[in-house]
This record gives sequence, C-alpha cells and structure tokens, in this order.
Amino acid sequence: MEKAGIPAAHICTVTPISKTVGAARIFGAQAIPYPTGDPHLSREKEMARRREIVTGALALLTSSDKSVDGESNAVFTD
Amino acid sequence: MKKVLFYTNQFFGQVGGEDMAYCQPEVTEGMRGSANTFGAPLKDTAEIVATVVCGDNFYAENMETGRAFLREQIEKYHPDMVIAGPAFNAGRFGIACGDVCKTAKEMGVEAITGLYEENPAVEMYKKDCYILKVGKSAAGIRKAVPLMAGFAKKLLTGEKIGSPKEEQYYAKGQRVNLFREKNGAERAVDMLLAKVNGQPYETELEISTYEKVEPSTPIADLSKAKIALCTTGGIVPFGNPDHMVAATAKFWKDYALGDAQRLEQGQWESVHAGFDPVYANEDPNRVAPYDMLKILEKEGVIGSVHPFLASTTGNSTSVADATRMGQEIARRLLDAGVNGVLLTST
Repeated sequence: MEKAGIPAAHICTVTPISKTVGAARIFGAQAIPYPTGDPHLSREKEMARRREIVTGALALLTSSDKSVDGESNAVFTD
Repeated sequence: MKKVLFYTNQFFGQVGGEDMAYCQPEVTEGMRGSANTFGAPLKDTAEIVATVVCGDNFYAENMETGRAFLREQIEKYHPDMVIAGPAFNAGRFGIACGDVCKTAKEMGVEAITGLYEENPAVEMYKKDCYILKVGKSAAGIRKAVPLMAGFAKKLLTGEKIGSPKEEQYYAKGQRVNLFREKNGAERAVDMLLAKVNGQPYETELEISTYEKVEPSTPIADLSKAKIALCTTGGIVPFGNPDHMVAATAKFWKDYALGDAQRLEQGQWESVHAGFDPVYANEDPNRVAPYDMLKILEKEGVIGSVHPFLASTTGNSTSVADATRMGQEIARRLLDAGVNGVLLTST
C-alpha cells in the first residue's frame, strides 16, 4: 500500500516481525488476540485504550519523521 | 528397469496452443512431446512408459477430474516415478505439475517437477515433492532436462540425495540429521574467522531477506482524509460464508459495512487459527477497530471512513501471497479514493 502511494500504519503486537518484513509505519498494539482492545479493562477504559492506539497509528500516517513515539511506534525510513 | 510416467500440458504435449488449453487429459503409450527429451538421459535407469497430456485450463479448473485420470494411469502403469513438466514460470501448468506430483506422492509414487523460483506453485507444492530449480521460460529446457533427469535417476536408484543447494531443488522445509566432523561451536567460530578475514563462508541456516518499504508521502490533513481499515485477524461475517481459511490464506475479502457504526458481536467472528478468538468474538472491534474510526469520523478527527473491511487471515501466509494481496487491496483502495490505511494484525 505504501508502494501504491497510500500511507499505511501497521497495528501489531510483535512489532519486530513487522519491522523485519519491511513495514514502513508500525504502531505497537495491546496484545496478539486483541490488538485494539483489552478484555481486562472496563468498557470505558477499554475504549480509551482503543482510542489511544487508533489515534497513535493515525498520527503515523501524517508523519515522515523517523521516530514518532519512541522505539516501537515509528515511521521507518531506512 | 524402472518405469516413469510423464505429465505435460497441451503445448509441450504437441496438442496445440492456448486454444487447446481446455483439452481433456489423455494418455499415450511411451514418450510424447517433451517427454522425448527425457528419454535419452534416463536410459539405462528408467523407461518412460506413458505420457499424460492435459490442457492447462482443464487441469486448473477441473483438478479433481485431472487427479482421477492420473490415479487411473498410475494404477494401470505402476510407475516408480512421475515426472511432470518442467513448467518454468507458467502459472496454470505449474500448479498442474505440482498437483500431479502431490497426487502421485499420496499414492506412494515418487514424483518430481521443475519450476522457476517465482512460479506460485513452488510455494504451494515445495513441501509435497521435489521441485527442481529451472529457468523462467522454455528456453531453459536444455539445462532443465539434465538436471531433472539426473535427479530422477538418483531417486530411482536410491542414491543419497544431497542438500537443496547441492541438488538444486527448493528446500522442502524438512530437517535432516547428519553427522559433521566439527561440532556447531567449532563451525560457528570457523565461519566467524572466515568472515573477519574476508574469506568465503557459507551459512548453514539461511534467513529470509525482506524488502524494506519506503514510507509514501504522509497525509497532510487527517481531518480531510478518507481512512480504510484492513485486518489480517481473520474477521469475517458470522458463519464465514466465504470460507475464509484459518491459515495460509491466499485470498482476502472486502466486506461492505454500509452505515454500520461498529462490528457487532454475533455478526462478526474471527476464523484465524493462530490465536484464541474468544475476545475477538466478544467484541470484533478489538481486532478491527471500526467503532473507533467511526467515532473519530464523527468528531472530525478524520475526514471519513471507507465503509469496507478488507480482511484475510495472517497465519503462516506466504510473503508472496501477502504481497500479492496487498497489491490487490491497494488497487481497490486507490480506486475508492482512500488516503490512508490502518492495518491490524493479531
């Protein structure tokens, strides 16, 4: 998708895999079975966590900086 | 003398070109078409007792019929080995060759074919049979025949089969025990010394190399952007009407969401076999956060949400298939005027 000209952020838990296969924008998810949720949280808190992940990943779409949010959440240019 | 049953397509079997691609399977005693090129290098070891010729489209679209025909010939001729192709980089022919070999192996008959490295059938069948590395087109037949015939003779005479590199076949994903004079630590140190001394060395375990993708031009204004959601979490409509697979997916589905505000429990489920889907089935937005995108759309954070979910199962999916599916999805999203994508993986 990036090659086709559409910025795409990969929300995943095992971010090194995503980096190994060459993804350009990667955002760390909550957990493998629930990347954008957390069944251990209350409904409200779960939605807050989801918002955090989704808006964080969306922010990567607007950025060309090498690092947007620390190590795992980043746009990779090398 | 060992017996070989040969398989080829309408073109190499000299039935005709693309216009004959629907020709039904037929068998000829002895060698026919490209089978003739294998006769001489196999002699002394094996005889090609019969040649099966089948149209590429026919086999690809009627695989069960093709297999049944092949099984009949195997029962009739009792070959020690089936040699199929080589199919070079031909898609349909490659799949037919792979499937013919797999069918023969299932009946306890040894089988080999020859394919170009990018032929999708390599990925599909390399675990089922020996696939020798051959050129891209029929121009490579001069190299392919001695390679395949030589390997066939080894297999037929029970000679020891070397490594994929030595024999030029695609690694079958099998681990083979063997004795080495030096232990692993010694070999690793030897390799390291060779490396620092600039001498040639060879790894014992090749790590796949992947392409790094350059980020494309970022979105200037999220509040005007159309965002699409994709997932490899195997999220499908409840009941899985399209038979999305639990692993090694080769296709993706584009599910229209209309004016839905979220993925409702009971209407969607995950068929992915690589994680426990209980939490995803309770709330599918935990894997595909469509609800949050709709909220952010309402709040004006993003311009709009593409009302579709592009979904597949990312479980042992090959890089080649994933790349192809990504290209297909990208084309669809470009046509829909999508400006950015969130892709979730489990």
